[in-house]
Amino acid sequence: MAALTEEQSMIRDQAKSWVTEQAPVQKFREMRDSGIESKYTPDTWQAMIEMGWTGIVVPEQYGGSGLGYLTFGVILEEVGRQLTASPLFASALVGASAVLLGGNEDQKQAILPRIVDGSVILTLAVDESPRHSPSKTALVAEKSGSGFKLTGNKTFVHEGMTATDYVVAARTSGEGEDGITLFLVSASADGVSREAVTTFDSRGYANVHFDGVAVNESEVLGTVDQGYPLLEVILDRARAGLGAEMLGTAAQSFDMTLEYLKTRVQFGQVIGSFQALGHRAAGLFGQMELSRSCVEAALQAIDDDADNVPKLCALSKARVGDFLHEMSNQLIQIHGGIGMTDEFDAGLYLKRARLLETSFGNRAFHRDRYARLLGF
Amino acid sequence: MSQQAALEEFRASTKAWLEENFPKSLVGRAMGLEGDADESTKADFELWRQRLADKGWGAPTWAVEFGGAGISHPEAKVIGQEMGKMGAFNPIPMMAGMGVTMVGPTLLEYGTDEQKAKHLRGMASGETRWCLGLSEPGAGSDLASLITKAEDDGDTFKLNGQKTWTSGADISQWCGALVRTDSNAKKRDGISFVMLPMDQEGVSTKPIRLISGASPFCDTFFDDARAEKSDLLGPLNEGWSVVKRLLQHERQSQTQASGSGGGKKTPFQQIAKDYVGVDETGALADGDLRVRLTNHLMDSEAHGLTVSRITAEARGKVEVSAAASILKNSATKIAQGKAELTMELMGSQGVGWEGDNYTKQEIDNVKDWLWGKAISIYGGSFEVQNNIISKNILGLPENTQKG
Repeated sequence: MAALTEEQSMIRDQAKSWVTEQAPVQKFREMRDSGIESKYTPDTWQAMIEMGWTGIVVPEQYGGSGLGYLTFGVILEEVGRQLTASPLFASALVGASAVLLGGNEDQKQAILPRIVDGSVILTLAVDESPRHSPSKTALVAEKSGSGFKLTGNKTFVHEGMTATDYVVAARTSGEGEDGITLFLVSASADGVSREAVTTFDSRGYANVHFDGVAVNESEVLGTVDQGYPLLEVILDRARAGLGAEMLGTAAQSFDMTLEYLKTRVQFGQVIGSFQALGHRAAGLFGQMELSRSCVEAALQAIDDDADNVPKLCALSKARVGDFLHEMSNQLIQIHGGIGMTDEFDAGLYLKRARLLETSFGNRAFHRDRYARLLGF
Repeated sequence: MSQQAALEEFRASTKAWLEENFPKSLVGRAMGLEGDADESTKADFELWRQRLADKGWGAPTWAVEFGGAGISHPEAKVIGQEMGKMGAFNPIPMMAGMGVTMVGPTLLEYGTDEQKAKHLRGMASGETRWCLGLSEPGAGSDLASLITKAEDDGDTFKLNGQKTWTSGADISQWCGALVRTDSNAKKRDGISFVMLPMDQEGVSTKPIRLISGASPFCDTFFDDARAEKSDLLGPLNEGWSVVKRLLQHERQSQTQASGSGGGKKTPFQQIAKDYVGVDETGALADGDLRVRLTNHLMDSEAHGLTVSRITAEARGKVEVSAAASILKNSATKIAQGKAELTMELMGSQGVGWEGDNYTKQEIDNVKDWLWGKAISIYGGSFEVQNNIISKNILGLPENTQKG
């Protein structure tokens, strides 16, 4: 495994200073309190577009910079540190990956430059039930003339209310992993309706309904009936990217906790001088270092087109999920009473942590997947 | 030529040399020869050691003048990888006891030219075994409270006291010992590091029998034992900084412990399937064990990725990474967890001590399990590692040393 390159370190520094100065957690709090429907502030999103963050994984010929997934991860980690809300992950990573991996040349040319310039927000509509289980996709795509008609529901769609377009996983035949097809569907197509889901992380999710939505053949992403392997590859990129954001959220929680251990005085001494807390911090630090290795390895493997991407993505999502879970609980516990107040930021991190954990497969899902990939 | 291409060229020449020089009779015998090895195998073992020593591959990154081959760490890694592929191994670090892994690297930093010339070659060839006299009956985790005394006596120091947990003291030729040279100074300030030959009248050893049945450690007694003054490593009364460095090297060598024994091993999940069976979907039949096995394998992979990340990040830097202390606790958890989990997977076949009812694999796991309890105690216990991390890495206030 390689260390970050000089360019990646530079991008990290730039991202860190922009996020800290222009889109800190305070801004997220203001957004939450404002009740804005988009669940992100348009100027934050616009600034990300202008900095080129929407084109990090998009090749130059489609208007991006093609810097790759580890670089995107470096940015997402900083975004995760300040809970900066935007469709960056959902569209510029997941949506763009779907088109990159499954799109034909026409689709790439039509969509990718518009993801980069922000005029398209393309997000993945995959889940249909409370548990992430893409192979159980039931939304029906019925053959209709030269195209298809989509009928069914998608739930927990990231940035589903502001998306202009969806990648929809649908069943065209068969069962399980066979007979799934991916479609590009406009959010404004006849028969598409959506409603916001109010989650405790105050971010944007939607339930999306498809009622006999007519889709052309040209809007099939990849091959009819053979969408499952493509979906898995797209999902793995989503999981790897999400892992980076989770690492950032956890790392910031760690830093806040460490700072508190060094400043909070009780019994006449800073509480970090108590061995029970010092050891807890040491244990969390070890978990953080181990998680970071998994997150970076998964992203690097994608960039290298390595054979073990699925296994590393499962490892990354599960391990950083374990760490984030524990860290977000300790963030509250070690801060004590103040951690329970809405005025303090700890609660924002705790709430965000659980949403991240459950997105695109929780820890149990990825442990099971890892075991299957290893043949047991 | 790019670095990568040069490395691949080195790989090819390494492979060729190994194929020509590694005796096939020794394939997979990294852990040494069993007592029943025949004479020709023993001769092959000695031949292999000598060939490695001549090539400088016992301690390949050391300079040629000190018995090494003067090659880079990535090249040394290539040698290890190529050896692993053909079931070959480097027995010299083990034969040198604490020489190649700990005393040697510390000597390279703190030693005088004379000391390097005197000691390093014997380590790198595997002909001189070293032990370390650090712990004492009253100085374990609180090592700096040691009381073994070294008095100035002309050209030599006169040593009196007892060391314990000295690995291989009964079969070592040399010992690196931490001794008190100033009883009036504060406890960390009056300590020195000396090197002394074991074969002398004032030194005696007594093996300690462990719960696993093995006796790899000794109590070592110094009764007017002698160390030459020219064998003082580092300045007088500054042995504490020498030993801190030495223990960093120890932690580094311990973090690379898992499964590099040469020869192919059965994957852990296969052992699990053999003992527990699988359900109709191919999943391990016991759900609880399946989750715990997954967690263990994830721990292990995360650890391996962290070792490579730290290595990559440290490239070009001289100092030992601060994260080395994280790796010790992580490696400990994995090694101990593996033995415990294996025992559970094996069920009642996992609890054998000896006899024909149990396979070698089953008995070996019992020994690993019992021996493994030491990993979180030696080289700075699990708790001491956490003290080090919280103080040195996280910058939290001192929570132990009083006075």
